[in-house]
Amino acid sequence: MDLQTVTYLVVGASFALYIGIAIWARAGSTSEFYAAGGSVHPVTNGMATAADWMSAASFISMAGLIANMGYGGGLFLMGWTGGYVLLAMLLAPYLRKFGKFTVPQFIGDRFYSKTASTVAVVCLLTASLTYIIGQMTGVGVAFSRFLGVSSETGIYIGQAIVFLYAVFGGMKGITYTQVAQYIVLIAAYLVPAFFISLQLTGNPLPQLGLGSNMVGTDTSLLAKLDLIVKDLGFDQYTTSIPGSTLNMFMYTLSLMIGTAGLPHVIMRFFTVPTVKDARSSAGWALVFIALLYTTAPAVGAMAKLNLHGTVNSAVGLESNAEGKLVVNPATVKANADLYATESSLQYEQRPEWMKRWEKTGLLKFEDKNGDGRIQYYNDKTKSADAKAKAEAAGWKGNELTVNADIMVMANPEIALLPNWVIALVAAGGLAAALSTAAGLLMAISSAVSHDLVKNVFVPNISDKNELLVGKISMAVAIVISGWLGLNPPGFAAGTVALAFGIAASSLFPAIMMGIFSKKMNKEGAIAGMLAGLFVTLFYVFAHKGIFFVKGTDFVDLIGGPNSFFGITPEAFGAVGAMVNFIVAIVVDKVTKEPPEHIQHMVESVRIPRGSKLVDGAH
Amino acid sequence: MENNSASGYWKATLGLLTKILIIWFVVSFGAGILFAPALNSISLGGYPLGFWFAHQGAIYIFIALIFYYAKKMGDIDRQFDVHEE
Repeated sequence: MDLQTVTYLVVGASFALYIGIAIWARAGSTSEFYAAGGSVHPVTNGMATAADWMSAASFISMAGLIANMGYGGGLFLMGWTGGYVLLAMLLAPYLRKFGKFTVPQFIGDRFYSKTASTVAVVCLLTASLTYIIGQMTGVGVAFSRFLGVSSETGIYIGQAIVFLYAVFGGMKGITYTQVAQYIVLIAAYLVPAFFISLQLTGNPLPQLGLGSNMVGTDTSLLAKLDLIVKDLGFDQYTTSIPGSTLNMFMYTLSLMIGTAGLPHVIMRFFTVPTVKDARSSAGWALVFIALLYTTAPAVGAMAKLNLHGTVNSAVGLESNAEGKLVVNPATVKANADLYATESSLQYEQRPEWMKRWEKTGLLKFEDKNGDGRIQYYNDKTKSADAKAKAEAAGWKGNELTVNADIMVMANPEIALLPNWVIALVAAGGLAAALSTAAGLLMAISSAVSHDLVKNVFVPNISDKNELLVGKISMAVAIVISGWLGLNPPGFAAGTVALAFGIAASSLFPAIMMGIFSKKMNKEGAIAGMLAGLFVTLFYVFAHKGIFFVKGTDFVDLIGGPNSFFGITPEAFGAVGAMVNFIVAIVVDKVTKEPPEHIQHMVESVRIPRGSKLVDGAH
Repeated sequence: MENNSASGYWKATLGLLTKILIIWFVVSFGAGILFAPALNSISLGGYPLGFWFAHQGAIYIFIALIFYYAKKMGDIDRQFDVHEE
């Protein structure tokens, strides 16, 4: 069977499975609909949370970014897992005890103010919408390769499918569908990683393979990779950092706080029966997430090595008799000359996968020196050594551009793995994007219909109309995000990082102070959320354009890119969160303290006894 | 009396949180970022140690921290008799 047929079969089978589960596990009541009746086992809930959490950014984009960034890519790994420690200890058990469906509901009740809950809705919508833009970029990549179309067409198709999925299947039995999606996506991620790790290092476990020697040699894989990328003028793999150490610090912190503040993740902890389960559920979620997150660094590093090995034979990889990409120990040991003429791959002899990806426009070759061979190196290097070597070899600039977002999807093809593995990865990428999009749309629709329309504008709205408003807001969110996804502010994972910054600077501090400070009042919380959101958006929009619309950026006005201590907009959420805390505390000091019954409420939220099922009543 | 027990419970909780947050900070921001260059001179298999913390080690320790927290909180709940029935 050819690749296209196998892909249709595997993707089709996975979709049939999701739809089957959605029909089997229909929701019967409002409580089941929003919180699965508060009856989900912590391990099951952990798995569903992991699928909800691991989006197109984690699955498709992250390993590619790690491949590009090297050591610095660790900020995604630590940031997106470390946040669960904060979530498990600072928020989840207390919000579960509080026992309502949504984050704006908690903020509205705790700060005894509809204004506070409306501000929380605005923060939630800004963060979730930005997040979905990143998903759409990823969906575009997955569909473009899967159907052999341009990435723009991929986004249109993705929009249509996400819409159908969210409106018909997404609302019902979402938790159990997500369990199935987790299994598909984790299998799709691990299987190729096992194969590739085995081919390169002889150790099938990628977590160990990354720290092993290359097959038949006593050169460690990371040391070899360091040597090659440095020789070609890139930053050394195991030490390169994005910008400064301060920036990496803030970026990581921003992702951690954002993780704990993202409403669609917090919502998951309302679905477990008890406070005790809410605590361990976060741990289970992290176990399932870590399976992918500890594999990703190996996938990134090995994909980078395989890519270099494909276009340059001096790296020491070759395709064997069965057509697999394997190590040639002699070449690895000899440290052959990467700049020798015959080392560069002839364009006419490029492998099939390069031809397939050229169609999507995400991989491009341009023969700058007209020798019919592919030279892939860093032509903007600061290394005088690499510059001199490239010049002596007659290289006229880098000739291969590879979009970082395709690394994971192309990875099994680069390693020349069997067709069914490649098809499985396509299904996994779609599962990741769809499950997260569904979770986000759920958060958006409940915020608009429940917390905004019902709570503020039309208190006596019927259940049916509330649901209708929810669906309309989903549709609007899909259209806006798809449109912005065509001109994304960055790679999928970078865009998603902005969403975390927004959640970090607005929602997390308000929720945390709501639990840990009895005396925090509504004036403080509202001022804090607005200040945090405002400074973060201001800095982000200055770089990326107002509401991410191209051409409306005003970065010169703030003194050039990254003018605030060299901190990039993706890392600015941590600064926004500090502003939020400081403004809230100062305003709280000069206004009157919250009423007695609110302080009692905080006391009761702090102890587990007396927890009951969640409900939606205001 | 009840008030004393409530404040004792909260104090015990905050004590546990502080302890865990210190470890959380040390393994990620400490070993994974601030001290990574220094730790890289030590190797763990084929991994430079600082790189390992940032790409692997911190994640394993995060998992252990959450389960440790869940267990210890259960103990504190029972000690102050505020656990769920």
